[in-house]
Amino acid sequence: MAEPRPVLEMAGIVKEFPGVRALSDVDFRLFPGEIHALMGENGAGKSTLIKVLTGVYTLDGGTITLDGRSVRIASPLQAQQAGISTVYQEVNLCPNLSVAENIFIGREPTRLGRIQWKRLRREAAELVDRLGLDIDVGAPLSSYPLAVQQLVAIVRSLNTGGGEGPGTKVLILDEPTSSLDRDEVLQLFSLMRRLKDEGVAILFVSHFLDQIYEVCDRMTVLRNGTLVGEHMVSDLDQVGLVQLMLGKAMGQLDELHEHQLRSDAGDTLVQAEGLGRTGGIAPFDLEIKEGEVIGLAGLLGSGRTELARLLFGADQPDTGKVTIDGRPVSMSAPNDAIGAGVAFCSENRKSEGLVPDLTVRENIILALQASRGWTRPIPVAQRDELVAKYIKALDIRPANPEARVGQLSGGNQQKVLLARWLITQPKLLILDEPTRGIDIGAKAEIQKLVVSLSEEGMSVLYIAAELEEVLRLSHTIGVLRDRRLVAQIANGPEITPSRILETIASGEHQ
Amino acid sequence: MSATTQSPTASDSRTPSPSRAARLLGDRRLPVAVTALLFLLMYGGGLARYQYYGFAEPQVFLNLFIDNGYLLVAAVGVTFVILSGGIDLSVGSMIGFTTMFTAWLVERQGLPLLVVVPMALAVGALGGFLMGYVIHNFEIQPFIVTLAGLFLFRGLCLVISKESISISDSTVSSLAQAQASLGAGFLSIGAIVSLVVLAVAFYVLHYTRFGRRVYAIGGNEQSAMLMGLPQGGTKIAVYTVSGFCSALAGLLFTLYIQSGDPLHATGMELDAIAAVVIGGTLLTGGSGYVLGTLFGVLVLGLIKSIIQFEGTLSSWWTKIATGVLLCTFILVQRFMTTRKKA
Repeated sequence: MAEPRPVLEMAGIVKEFPGVRALSDVDFRLFPGEIHALMGENGAGKSTLIKVLTGVYTLDGGTITLDGRSVRIASPLQAQQAGISTVYQEVNLCPNLSVAENIFIGREPTRLGRIQWKRLRREAAELVDRLGLDIDVGAPLSSYPLAVQQLVAIVRSLNTGGGEGPGTKVLILDEPTSSLDRDEVLQLFSLMRRLKDEGVAILFVSHFLDQIYEVCDRMTVLRNGTLVGEHMVSDLDQVGLVQLMLGKAMGQLDELHEHQLRSDAGDTLVQAEGLGRTGGIAPFDLEIKEGEVIGLAGLLGSGRTELARLLFGADQPDTGKVTIDGRPVSMSAPNDAIGAGVAFCSENRKSEGLVPDLTVRENIILALQASRGWTRPIPVAQRDELVAKYIKALDIRPANPEARVGQLSGGNQQKVLLARWLITQPKLLILDEPTRGIDIGAKAEIQKLVVSLSEEGMSVLYIAAELEEVLRLSHTIGVLRDRRLVAQIANGPEITPSRILETIASGEHQ
Repeated sequence: MSATTQSPTASDSRTPSPSRAARLLGDRRLPVAVTALLFLLMYGGGLARYQYYGFAEPQVFLNLFIDNGYLLVAAVGVTFVILSGGIDLSVGSMIGFTTMFTAWLVERQGLPLLVVVPMALAVGALGGFLMGYVIHNFEIQPFIVTLAGLFLFRGLCLVISKESISISDSTVSSLAQAQASLGAGFLSIGAIVSLVVLAVAFYVLHYTRFGRRVYAIGGNEQSAMLMGLPQGGTKIAVYTVSGFCSALAGLLFTLYIQSGDPLHATGMELDAIAAVVIGGTLLTGGSGYVLGTLFGVLVLGLIKSIIQFEGTLSSWWTKIATGVLLCTFILVQRFMTTRKKA
């Protein structure tokens, strides 16, 4: 590829938050017609860099040059007008409006202040057509799956220049693939390639290394707010990349691969018989032994979370019963489960788990305090000691109990949530996608933690989208398909991801 | 990792062509159609039961507009607010205040009606603007801000006068008695104004950028902001519209009743909200039609008429019927939205 002038150049970018230097002297450049990956662990400064670029944060130092001109970007609107569009992980569109309206809202074609609906629909249809998408632009956005909504968001972002053709020079895709399935990802990639051919510079952030290697041309690696390097994707293999991101060798990851799972599980801890809920999951039997890790495998929406929620009493079962430690538990509310020693880390750590405006300490102490009741506060000294212990044990960064949780990176938020439940010393820990959206280093740490908890005798119900992850950690793998627990497979050397996949696909275990 | 994502069901999710029945159920116009149908059924029922008592007179139908014109105007304003995801509780007080304000200026100060009308409308719009400003700039829930408005304007009524002021101004009474003949019957000025307001609101909501922004904000405020829409300005404008409509409704009410009273229209905000919800607008915002609000108002009006025709029922039955209807409609809406999500 002949190297033309970069469309975007950021030089010496500095961004400081109270007490933290989030970015120090970072250079970044983006060429037209390339897909460029921004890599780094959580907390490395990827989000901060993007937010500086899109005008959400104002920068404290450095320059941004767009198309050869120095620019100052003070708001998301200004960024859009300058030709920098962003599509976020969550789809930021209005589900109640039609696809066409979502593409055009805010800049509908009007005549004398009257919206020209026919023209709007026609132009939207042309735009969607040109990008090779098959979408009925008149239908409400909510009638389409998330993946299509994401594509619509991209179409919208391309059209921000208004007028003819895409006015967008730089398209930022911030983890667009985290909730898409494989076919949907391919659809997204084909759109990205098409745009790249049209000369759009695409900045792509994803935690899936395979995806980076599939679609990107070049990558910039950040670590702890500093630039580590810029590489062509073809020049750097995955191992090299991970080492750059972590700043250390892969040892800690290999260690996990070789880890021998504890085989002698103890007595039965949880016994579920015929537990089920109409519309949630078909009745299932499940036995969890002390110190056993049960991994749940299945597609998104196959009932993994529903199963976990039943075991926690977050949803009420219609049928069946649960005994924990030999005692029947009614499971009519989470409190019953908590009382019986069950802890549940939700997959939606933002909406269902953490309180972003409270401090790390308050968040960690929440569940323990709740289980004691509000009339018996935990003594300050004991509380501080506990919090300090878990911050250290889980390596929560920054190691400041007074930091507000909302300001932590995703991986560290997940650790805070874990700490909250660990502190109550549960007998059964349910982890629903604990590693989603967090970087590879934090992933490894959380997985190691699961192993050591199991060794200490805690039972864990582990839900993860990545089969390898489930296989690596679990003694037993529960396979779900179409809201039914179709198989329980004892883990062993002969169990491979493809065997599990076969079970998921066929619904039976050979 | 790609392993789990090789989904055997992925192809299903890519062909999103819902069945016709599902489409119909998911159609956002359905609630309006249901309310319109209810209105027709009630009207038909009224015809069957009271046809020899004069229910079949076209004027009975036109009276629905004459007797409920002010409520329609107020409900149109509330429709804007509810579509944007907010709520306005100050409507009734604003109507009461406008009746007092107008009666006082016309009767006690001797100002001509032509001067008083724009003043009253300006006060209403300003009141709405201030509430919108507070809601947006200080990020306070609309419920509490407009509740403050409710108390404030009701209190201001009493500052003007503790007693009712009847209006004997000749302009007012001639306007109140003016009738536009429609052959078989007639409409009052208030009814005509309310229909014009309805038409304007329909145009604004469906054919202007402002109108679409109202829907966008009601659908997802956070998204609307990230899409670069001026969501603050829109929010303030929505409450200004509601304040303006309340003041206009207050003027129509003054015309209808020809007096100002500090207790006029107490609780009318709730009637307006009920009409909007019965008309199929979701209280969560983003979905609904101003035309539905018309049918909501007509249904409420028809309940009153039928109870009058029945003769033996006390007027409190109006409230009971409204309550039952409201409850039914909310449950129906709930059912429909959950179906949609499933």
